[in-house]
Amino acid sequence: MEDLTYPKQEQENQEPGEAGRPWEERAASSQDPKSGLSEPLEPEERPETGPSPRSSPAQSPRSRASTPLDDLTGPGASSSLSPPQEASFSPTLALARQEHSDKTTNVNPKAGTPRSHHLEQSSDKGEWTAPATCQSEGNAFQQSQQTKHHLYGPKDVSDNSSKQKELRFNIFQEEDSNSNYDLDHAGPGVSEAAPSLLEIAIQSAKAYLQKTSSKSGLNLYDHLSDMLTKVLDEHPENAVDIIESISQDVKMAHFRKKLDTLQNENEMLPIYEIAEKQKALFLQGNLEGADQELEDEIAENSLPNVMESAFYFEQAGVGLGTDETYRIFLALKQLTDTHPIQRCRFWGKILGLEMNYIVAEVEFREGEDEEDIEDEDVTEERDDGDSEAEENDEDELPRTFYKTPQAIPKEESRTGANKYVYFVCNEPGGPWVKLPSVTPAQIVTARKIKKFFTGRLETPIVSYPPFPGNESNYLRAQIARISAGTHVSPLGFYQFGEEEGEEEEEVEGRRDSFEENPDFEGIQVIDLVESLSNWVHHVQHILSQGRCNWFNPIQKSEEEEEEEDEEKEEEKGEEPDYMEQEVGPPLLTPISEDLEIQNIPPWTTRLSSNLVPQYAIAVLRSNLWPGAYAFSNGKKFENVYIGWGHKYSPDNYTPPALPPVYQEYPSGAEITEMDDPSVEEEQAFEASREAAALPVEEMEDTEEDEDEEDDED
Amino acid sequence: MDAESLLLSLELASGSGQGLSPERRASLLTSLTLVKRDYRYDRVLFWGRILGLVADYYIAQGLSEDQLAPRKTLYSLNCMEWSLLPPATEEMVVQTSVVKGRFMGDPSHEYEHTELQKTSEGDKVFEEEVVVQIKEETRLVSVIDQIDKAVAVIPRGALFKTPFGPIHVNRTFEGLSLSEAKKLSSYFHFREPVELRNKTLLEKADLDPSLDFMDSLEHDIPKGSWSIQAERGNALVVLRSLLWPGLTFFHAPRTKNCGYIYVGTGEKNIDLPFML
Repeated sequence: MEDLTYPKQEQENQEPGEAGRPWEERAASSQDPKSGLSEPLEPEERPETGPSPRSSPAQSPRSRASTPLDDLTGPGASSSLSPPQEASFSPTLALARQEHSDKTTNVNPKAGTPRSHHLEQSSDKGEWTAPATCQSEGNAFQQSQQTKHHLYGPKDVSDNSSKQKELRFNIFQEEDSNSNYDLDHAGPGVSEAAPSLLEIAIQSAKAYLQKTSSKSGLNLYDHLSDMLTKVLDEHPENAVDIIESISQDVKMAHFRKKLDTLQNENEMLPIYEIAEKQKALFLQGNLEGADQELEDEIAENSLPNVMESAFYFEQAGVGLGTDETYRIFLALKQLTDTHPIQRCRFWGKILGLEMNYIVAEVEFREGEDEEDIEDEDVTEERDDGDSEAEENDEDELPRTFYKTPQAIPKEESRTGANKYVYFVCNEPGGPWVKLPSVTPAQIVTARKIKKFFTGRLETPIVSYPPFPGNESNYLRAQIARISAGTHVSPLGFYQFGEEEGEEEEEVEGRRDSFEENPDFEGIQVIDLVESLSNWVHHVQHILSQGRCNWFNPIQKSEEEEEEEDEEKEEEKGEEPDYMEQEVGPPLLTPISEDLEIQNIPPWTTRLSSNLVPQYAIAVLRSNLWPGAYAFSNGKKFENVYIGWGHKYSPDNYTPPALPPVYQEYPSGAEITEMDDPSVEEEQAFEASREAAALPVEEMEDTEEDEDEEDDED
Repeated sequence: MDAESLLLSLELASGSGQGLSPERRASLLTSLTLVKRDYRYDRVLFWGRILGLVADYYIAQGLSEDQLAPRKTLYSLNCMEWSLLPPATEEMVVQTSVVKGRFMGDPSHEYEHTELQKTSEGDKVFEEEVVVQIKEETRLVSVIDQIDKAVAVIPRGALFKTPFGPIHVNRTFEGLSLSEAKKLSSYFHFREPVELRNKTLLEKADLDPSLDFMDSLEHDIPKGSWSIQAERGNALVVLRSLLWPGLTFFHAPRTKNCGYIYVGTGEKNIDLPFML
C-alpha cells in the first residue's frame, strides 16, 4: 500500500503549483496502457451504484474522476473543474467514491489498476483544493480500505462508511495532538508540506493500529473493523452498552486451534544463563560429601563473614543490597573452596562502563601458584633480548647514549604492594580471574591517568603517558592505591610482629609486618567517631617510586653496568651518588596525620545512628577515595570500597606535562669546523712545500706536516 | 524514585553501593508521607542525597499534576524535618559556578570568593578585590537544578502528553521491552524539552507526539556520558551518568519499576573526555 502512495507524494512535491489540467493530462496518459483493463469495468459498476449522485456531473466527483477513464480526451472534461465545486467536496462524497472503489476491487480480480486511478485523482484534487485535510484523509482511508477488502473479500457497503467515520474520528484526535507543529503550516493545502506530514502521521497511526500482537496474531485495526461490522450487521439495541461483549465475541470468533506442529524453541535469555550459573553457587554445599567435612572446616576458616559486615555496612548506609551480597558471599565460598587460600576478604566493587568488578582479596597458603611468576620472567627476558639486539646492530656509528631509566623491580609476592592477591569477577557466579601482581611502573603511571574501567580485563588502556599493561594491570594498580590509602583499623587492633626479623627492618626505619593483638580490648565507639587518631593504616604507604619498600636504583645500576663507557660514568658522577631515601609514613600511622586535600579533611566520621547512640557504630568515610568506607563497633572493623576506582580532587584532571625537550649539543669545538682553505693559504702552503723540498729549509710546522701526509694519501 | 515504592527502588538501585540505613529508610517513609500531605503534592520523589563533609543533605521533590511543571525541592539533614528550597535562577548558577570542592553540610555556611573587579575613577582603572559571599543553600539549589536538567531520566512511555497539554503518568506503561531497554534512545530527559525544538521536521517525522515530547538521551554531549548495563542477567537495567557520577537510574524491563537517585558529592565530572 505504501508503495502506491509514496511515488504519488513525490509527484505532488515536485509540482506544487501545477494546476489540475496538466496533471490530469499526465494521469490520463499514464493510464493509457491500462485503459484496456479499466474500461470494461465501467459498465459493470454503473448498474450497481444505480442513480447515484454521479449522474449529475456538477456535484459528483466520482463522475469527474471517472471521466479520464471513460474517454481518454480527459483534459476537456477535467477542465470543467473549478475550485468552488471542489470546496463543496465533502467527506461524504469521498465516501461515495469510496464505495465505488470498493466495488471495483470486488469485481475486478486484478484490483491494482483501478485503484491506482482513484488514488491519483483524489490526491490530485487534494493538492490544490481548499479542504485539503479532509481530502487527504479520505485518501488515506480509501487506501486502507482497499487493502482491507483486498484481504477480506466482499463487505457490506454501509459497514465501510461507518468504519470510516470511526477511523476519521481517530485521525482527528491525532491531528489535535499534532497541532503543535502542524499549526505552522496552517494554511490548509497551500504548502505541500502539510498534507504530506499529516499523511505520514496518519500512516504511522495506522501502522501502529495494524501492529500484530505477538500473542494472538490479531491487530487492533482489524478488530475494530470486525466489531463495527458485527454491530452494523446485527443492529443491536444500545450498541454502546454492550460494546465490551461484542469485542469479546469477535475475539472469540477468531479462536483457532493451534495447528503448527513446529515446536517453539525456548529462547536462551541471559537471565536464564546467569540463573544457571548462580544455581551452582547455591548447590555447592550439597554436592560435597560428608567425608570432606574436615577439609570444609579448614576452608571455611578462610571464608570471611560477609553477611555480618554487610549488616554493619547497611547500618552505615553502604552496601549492595541483601541478595547481591549473599551471592557474593557464596561466590567467595566457591573461591575459597577451589583455591588454597589462607585468608579471604571481600574487598569491594569497582564500577565499570559495561560490567562491574567484584574484587576479593586473598592470601594463599604456602603453595602459591607459580604460573604468574614464570610468565613475568619470560616477559622480562624478552625485553632484555630486544634491547641487546638493537645495540648490536650498529657498530660503527655512534650509538645512542640515552638509556631507558632504570626499571624498578616489582616487589616480591607477599610483600609490599603485592602482599595480597586479588581475584575479580564480573557477576557473582562468574569465573574468578586472578589479577597479575603489580609493578611500580604501573602504579606510577596509574597515578598520572584517570580512566574509566570498561569491565573487560583485556581492554587496552590508551593514555598519555602510555600505560604498561591492559585493564587488568590498571585495575590491580588502582586496587593497590586504594588499599594503601583507605584500609584502616582501630588503634591497637594490630601490633607489630615480634618474631619476624625485626632488627633488619628496624635498620631501614620501618617494619612491614603486623599481627593481631590478642589483648585488644576494644575502643569506645564515641572515641572512634570523635578522634581520627584512633584509626591507623594497616597497609603500607606506597612511595612515589611505586613501591612500598625503598629500592635504591643507583647502587644497583652501577653494579650491573660496570662495563659501560667512561663517558657514562662521568655523567653519572654528576648525579648524586646516593639518592636520598624516600620515606613515607610508617605502618600503623594514625589517619589523623593524613594529608589534607586543599582544606578538605581526608576523612569524615559519623555515628550510624543519632537516635540509638548506645548501639550505633562508627562509620568512616574517605573523602580522598569516594566510595571507601570503614566501620567499627569497637571490637570489629571492616573496610570496603564501592565506586568508580578514582581518586578525588577538587580541581579537574590535567594531563601530565610533556617531558622536557632534549637540548641539542652545545655548539663547540667538536661541532664547528674551520672555513675552507683559501687560495692564498693554498699558495702559501705550496710555496712552503716547495721550500721544504729544498734540502736547506726545515721550517715545517707540525700541522703542515700532517697536512702534507694527508695530501700524499 | 517514588516515595511510595521507596524500599523496592532502593533495593533495585543498590548495585552502585548507594543505600540508606534502616533508620533513614524508616524515617523517610514516615516523613515523606507527611510532606505529601502538608504541601499537597501529587507525587513525592526521593531525589537522593548530597554528601557533605559534616552532614549529608537528603533531597526530596514534590510534583504537581503536570509532571513536567517546575518541581518543588525540599531538603533535610535528619530525614524528618524538611525545608523548602527556593527555585533556582540563572543568576544562582552563574554565581555558584565559581565555588569548587565539597559541600560542607551546613546550609548557612558561606563560601568566600574573591573577585577582581575593575573600577574606574576618572581616567584610572583600579582593580579591586571584592569578596563575594555565597551561601551553601544557594549552591545546593543550583546544583540540584543542574543535575535535574542534565541527567534526570525517565523511560519512554512512562509519561504521556494529554490532549490538553499537561503531562501525566502513563497508567498503561508496562515497561520497556528487553531490546529497547538496552538502547539510550528509549530514555528521555525528565525536563522540558530543549533540543526537540531545534530539530528539523524530517527528524521529527518518526516521533509519536503523545510520547516523544522530551529530549532523548542518545544525543547527549559528550557522546558516552552514560554507562548502560544490564545487571542480574537482564532483569534490571542500570544507567549511570558519567557526567554527574552518583546518579543511578534503574529500570526493570517489563515492569513499571523505574526511577533515579543521586548519591554523590554534587560535583560535575569535567574530566570525562580524559576518562573515556
